[in-house]
Amino acid sequence: MSEVPVWVAALVGGLSILGAAFTLLGCIGLARFNSFYARVHAPTLGTSLGSIAILLASAIYFTVSAQRPAVHEVLILVFISITTPVTLMLLARAALYRDRAESSGDVPLQWGEDIVVERADAPSQG
Amino acid sequence: MSAAILHWCLLASQLLIGLAMIAATYRMIRGPRAQDRILALDAFYVAAMLMLVLFGIRIGSNIYFEVALLIGALSFVGTVALAKFLMRGEVIE
Repeated sequence: MSEVPVWVAALVGGLSILGAAFTLLGCIGLARFNSFYARVHAPTLGTSLGSIAILLASAIYFTVSAQRPAVHEVLILVFISITTPVTLMLLARAALYRDRAESSGDVPLQWGEDIVVERADAPSQG
Repeated sequence: MSAAILHWCLLASQLLIGLAMIAATYRMIRGPRAQDRILALDAFYVAAMLMLVLFGIRIGSNIYFEVALLIGALSFVGTVALAKFLMRGEVIE
């Protein structure tokens, strides 16, 4: 481990602890929420802010210790932030399809079928 | 001085990530249905990737970065494949 200035070490350490704490919060939420549709939100805390903080710490550390700009961490960040919404949307759709097919309990309500709003100026039936 | 700061901060954050991986493993074992387990596997992949980035900072080499990128790609492919399997391959009576 090459020697870096103290403020860089403090910055890198603080950012890495921040990112790790956010990832831990997301995984605790994953373990503790009640239904799948609540759980699917929690780990994105780790994929967004946790990844940003830890990869920023890595970029700062390698920029200072190698004395040239190291921006290849941006590659991971771009990849993660593009793929995470895609995978979670596919997974939530698959879960919704299974729950609807089995008509199990905790399916979120669907606008237009489960929630019907009567318009005031609609022609009255019958 | 700065080496000591880096050492302890990286150790603490690696412990936090390890706890996160334990929480994801708990959901993976406990999860009532298949989609919960797949979601926990995805979170586990992300935590492992961040753990490898922290290892890279600790060792001071760029090699771990490549491994982290590879794990990120594998996580995407694996989760999409499993979600597709849930959508189509499952026989629901």
